[in-house]
Amino acid sequence: MAKIIVVTSGKGGVGKTTTSASFGAGLALRGHKTVVVDFDIGLRNLDLIMGCERRVVYDFVNVINKDARLNQALVRDKRVEHLYMLPASQTRDKDVLTREGVDRVFHELQQELGFEYIVCDSPAGIEKGARMALYFADEAIVVTNPEIASVRDSDRILGILSANSRRAEEGMEPVKPYLLVTRYNPDRVEQGEMLSLETVKELLGIPLIGVIPESESVLNASNLGTPVILDEKSKAGVAYSDVVDRFLGENRPLRFISTERTSLLRRFFGG
Amino acid sequence: MSFLDYLLGRRRNTAEIARERLQIILAREHTNRNAPDYLPALQQDILEVVAKYIPIDLQDIRVNLEREGDYEVLELNIPLSDDARGTTIRATTRAR
Ligand SMILES: Nc1ncnc2c1ncn2[C@@H]1O[C@H](COP(=O)(O)OP(=O)(O)OP(=O)(O)O)[C@@H](O)[C@H]1O
Ligand SMILES: [Mg+2]
Repeated sequence: MAKIIVVTSGKGGVGKTTTSASFGAGLALRGHKTVVVDFDIGLRNLDLIMGCERRVVYDFVNVINKDARLNQALVRDKRVEHLYMLPASQTRDKDVLTREGVDRVFHELQQELGFEYIVCDSPAGIEKGARMALYFADEAIVVTNPEIASVRDSDRILGILSANSRRAEEGMEPVKPYLLVTRYNPDRVEQGEMLSLETVKELLGIPLIGVIPESESVLNASNLGTPVILDEKSKAGVAYSDVVDRFLGENRPLRFISTERTSLLRRFFGG
Repeated sequence: MSFLDYLLGRRRNTAEIARERLQIILAREHTNRNAPDYLPALQQDILEVVAKYIPIDLQDIRVNLEREGDYEVLELNIPLSDDARGTTIRATTRAR
């Protein structure tokens, strides 16, 4: 059986798509056949972040409506073996995804195409689209910025995961949630200007799977259409690699969570 | 922040304030999370009945839902207007 992982947050713009692309690529790099599914209907973006926008022909909704076969809609990654993407449609009608339809597609991905991991990139919000993205999940990566609104929204999403997922409705083992803190800036934490990792963890009360530092390489990677995990020189990329390893059961200490000793001058004038 | 504060490295710790605010709001939202769907409507109906007799300020109403063993206890605290010297009506229902 494939594992279905939703990347979710409630709040918009916190790094779900960035995370989905890198996490999916990381699983594939380690030899697991992985598909990243864009659930952000109407706002397709995962294709850009993964750099395959020009090869999108059919999309998720076409498959659900049986206008295309799953094989025709899946986009295979050119750089990373075992990595695939299922694009969202650009249609404005958000109600096109049905549970039956998604269930059928997921079933085919697992049973017929032999995928090991299905990574669902959730849209922002707590409405239908976000609920659909998390409904079938076995595990959830809750992407949270160290910021007051993001923490609150993550908490709401945790409530929805535990009450409105398929696992909850069918009385199965609950969805396993993991906290991923992104855009972390240890300097500002030290200055008392940003919620610390420990605080976010304590407030949300779920296990931490990693911390991604605020990093310029993320924007560069998105400009290039390369998941940042492929940038082995970037802190964000390395931090995402650690996340994937931890997810697969390896023991990896946290990195980039404390300040690099800033000079006295910089402390005085700076930032 | 004054220049002196700056020199002495005194900064207002805004992260600490954020943490306290979050603790309070999350605790409140967790109480409401397990509430049954009809709770807001029930609350509204009760308030309308009370409002027929007493002038009340909707801002001051506290609704609390708690578990006590097998029971769910719904508490509605309605502070009466000033001239009633701040007495509180307490409607506690027990439902299986
Ligand atoms: N670790 C990081 N460091 C710096 N910038 C980042 C980081 N993670 C994400 N970003 C930037 O934040 C922005 C939002 O990221 P992303 O699109 O992944 O968020 P999202 O949660 O998918 O947004 P939406 O809710 O709109 O789908 C992008 O510009 C991205 O480059
Ligand atoms: Mg996104």
